Amino acid sequence: MDLRLDGFSALMVLLIAGVGVAVFAYGMRYFSASTFALPRLAGLLTLFAGSMLGVVLAEHLLVLYTCWELTSITSYLLIGNHHTSAKARAAALHALLVTSAGGLAMLGGFIVLGHAAGTYRLDDILHAAPSGTGIEVALVLVLLGVATKSAQYPFHGWLPGAMAAPTPVSAYLHSATMVKAGIYLLAHLAPVFAVVGFWRPLVLSVGLLTMLGGGIRALRQTDLKLLLAFSTVSQLGFMTVLFGLGTPKAVAAGSVLLLAHGFFKAALFMVVGILDHQTGTRDLDELPPLDQRWRPLLVVSVVSAASMAGVPVVFGFIAKEAAYGAVIDAGVATTVVLALLVAGSVLTMAYSIRFVWGAFYAPQRRPKSFGAPGSQCPPPSTAFLLPAVALAVPTVVFGLVPGLLDGLVTAAGRSLHTAAESVHLVVWHGINAPLVLSAVALAGGAALFGVHRTADRVLAIGDRLPDSGDAYLATLRASNTTANRITGVVQNGSLPIYTAVILVAASALPVFAMVGDLPWQGWPAGGEPLGHLVVSAVIVGSALAAAIHRRRISAVLLLGVTGYGMAALFLLRGAPDLALTQVAIETLSTVMFVLVLRRLPDRFERRPVASLRVLRVAIATIVAAGVFLFALLVGSNRVEERVADDMVARSYPDGHGRNVVNVILVDFRALDTAGEITVLAAAAIGAVALARAGRRPPELEPQSSLTPPPRPEHEKRR
Amino acid sequence: MKRLVILDRSVRVLFHPVMIASLYLLFAGHNQPGGGFVGGLVAGAAVAMQYVAGGIDEVRRVSRFRPWTILGSGLLLAFCTAAAPLLLGRGEILETALLEWEAPLLGTVKTTSALPFDLGVYLLVVGLVLMIFEAFGDEPAPEQATVPPTEVSG
Repeated sequence: MDLRLDGFSALMVLLIAGVGVAVFAYGMRYFSASTFALPRLAGLLTLFAGSMLGVVLAEHLLVLYTCWELTSITSYLLIGNHHTSAKARAAALHALLVTSAGGLAMLGGFIVLGHAAGTYRLDDILHAAPSGTGIEVALVLVLLGVATKSAQYPFHGWLPGAMAAPTPVSAYLHSATMVKAGIYLLAHLAPVFAVVGFWRPLVLSVGLLTMLGGGIRALRQTDLKLLLAFSTVSQLGFMTVLFGLGTPKAVAAGSVLLLAHGFFKAALFMVVGILDHQTGTRDLDELPPLDQRWRPLLVVSVVSAASMAGVPVVFGFIAKEAAYGAVIDAGVATTVVLALLVAGSVLTMAYSIRFVWGAFYAPQRRPKSFGAPGSQCPPPSTAFLLPAVALAVPTVVFGLVPGLLDGLVTAAGRSLHTAAESVHLVVWHGINAPLVLSAVALAGGAALFGVHRTADRVLAIGDRLPDSGDAYLATLRASNTTANRITGVVQNGSLPIYTAVILVAASALPVFAMVGDLPWQGWPAGGEPLGHLVVSAVIVGSALAAAIHRRRISAVLLLGVTGYGMAALFLLRGAPDLALTQVAIETLSTVMFVLVLRRLPDRFERRPVASLRVLRVAIATIVAAGVFLFALLVGSNRVEERVADDMVARSYPDGHGRNVVNVILVDFRALDTAGEITVLAAAAIGAVALARAGRRPPELEPQSSLTPPPRPEHEKRR
Repeated sequence: MKRLVILDRSVRVLFHPVMIASLYLLFAGHNQPGGGFVGGLVAGAAVAMQYVAGGIDEVRRVSRFRPWTILGSGLLLAFCTAAAPLLLGRGEILETALLEWEAPLLGTVKTTSALPFDLGVYLLVVGLVLMIFEAFGDEPAPEQATVPPTEVSG
């Protein structure tokens, strides 16, 4: 299966499985039996967990790609869980199209990388470290996949939309795990490919832009879930910066941040889910005041939000300190990167305060008209709360005793970077640059929250940042318009034109190809038996008569005569099998022609105008001459041995049959037959559908697209 | 629909022999002219006779199964036969196997695994014919059936 487990994969597996358990336990309380399509939801979540594990355990790039797309598909189905809501469907489609388009680009990159390195095994490719222009293109393609999956600017637009999914799904897929698939891949590639010229400028600027843009947008949301979605975008940008640097310290710091983010963000989503579930709203302006009984939820929120902001002695602080340290150590445009990271952290601090303040304190200060404090909102049950608490516990424990993670983070760092040293995480480093930066970020964030009402107008520029949403819609519209235009030209709906194009192409093109290549071998020797000539004369005569006859039914019958004539010729030539088939086909097709003709006028409506008639005769002549020349030239210019000889010889020994035609059909060329019968089946289904579509009563139209009619109409009619 | 007694009787007499002939073509096809495709077409012709005699109702009486069931099971059978060697780990897709067995009254019978494949083709063709009768064979809607002759210009 091409799977492998290294240190970083182990960290991801812990995150996926750990958060997964909490989310499933949480879902048991969040969903009730009446939840829309609950069994489907549970199955899809499990399927997602499996495919996500596949992404982080895959050794082979194509296996990784397959699992990657599986997560996109399950994400699509989960976002669109409430499939009667047009908004949810649109959001699901947006997420699917963006991530799978990126995935497709990534697949192209994988193939180039695989060819250059001579292997598709991720570790071997990284070991070989191929270089060149082709590789640079491939890396850009792979980074496209990374950026779309991990919601980096300018592809982040789908993530806020994905909040249409039920909250446990958002907690699991769209914060803790799936969106980190891109980061996971980036983490593997960066240590080897960060030296490529464009890598760091590109990845760092995208990451920083994402971090700042997401932070600014998060600060202005009133929907708590959207606030968290934009904060996820922002944090993903932060991780992109760290892993994109690709230095040993940066990947270690990134691993810590990845873990910390998984814990606090999933817990915060659960908090929003609980608020939504118990109070019926998750809007900052509508939440009711909550009383003492909600205190455990408040504690979870404060701890997790503190971790998000990087407040000392919780886990997020350790991650931020490590991050600042790694950036200083990496020495890549240190001042700029640090300044922007601190700016991002200021925003993080501000929206973290906004989250807790808005959810728990602001409602108390609102006028009483918003309802009595908490009276109508029951606090969550212990079982409902427990998963969120379980995710908040590591946030506290690893914040106080970060040394517990030394082994895991060291192993993760070593599997990503060959030069990685062992990591020692501690709370107190003494007063150094990272601590000062942390203090600046915290103070700045608190100040920003204090003045955010006045700063609002400045922050509003966040809403005017280039958004992928408009570009996405424009692309969608453009491709629809293009498709319509092309279809209008190619499929114009005129049967005579279709027939003419097919016939001329099929008969004239081979002749053009042959002219010059195949020499003229002269007319075949004469001396056909009289019987053949008679039959041929009948065929030609009835074909001509069919062409000029005015009644449809007569034309069809005359066509039938040509068919039977062909059968007679086959028989005279010693091909009884072919003759038998021809007779059967002719009989049936005549009957079917008659069936259809009953619905058409008895005669051809009108004679075509003269110019059109000339055109038809010309086309008929071209087709006839083409087929004639083709048969004559190909028949007289044999260069290869006859395939038939071999098949006749092998028919009995290999196929156990004396009828060569049948042995060819069901044995030698049985795969072709299988394909042909599939086409036949499709044609039959199409014919029935077409015949019925024309007869459906118009008043049944709207509902019939959703619910199939319970009984076929012929049974109703009788 | 108006029915003609002589036609009706003759079709009733002919229908089963034609069906048997179609089965004969199916089974004999491996060594003599015939095969699943031709067999299916001949069976289709028998169905067409039923149609001529009694219209779509008579066609529906041919089989208890719906046309698409026959069509689908034929396709399924053919593909199962095709995939069987893969699933059994006995070779490539569509590899032929020979089975010789003693049948009562018939003596030694040689069967190849191509037979079920051919049977699938046969069922598919029969299903196809039934489906086309199902699609186009019922009485046309009145407004389509009566086209005033004035519209037809010579």
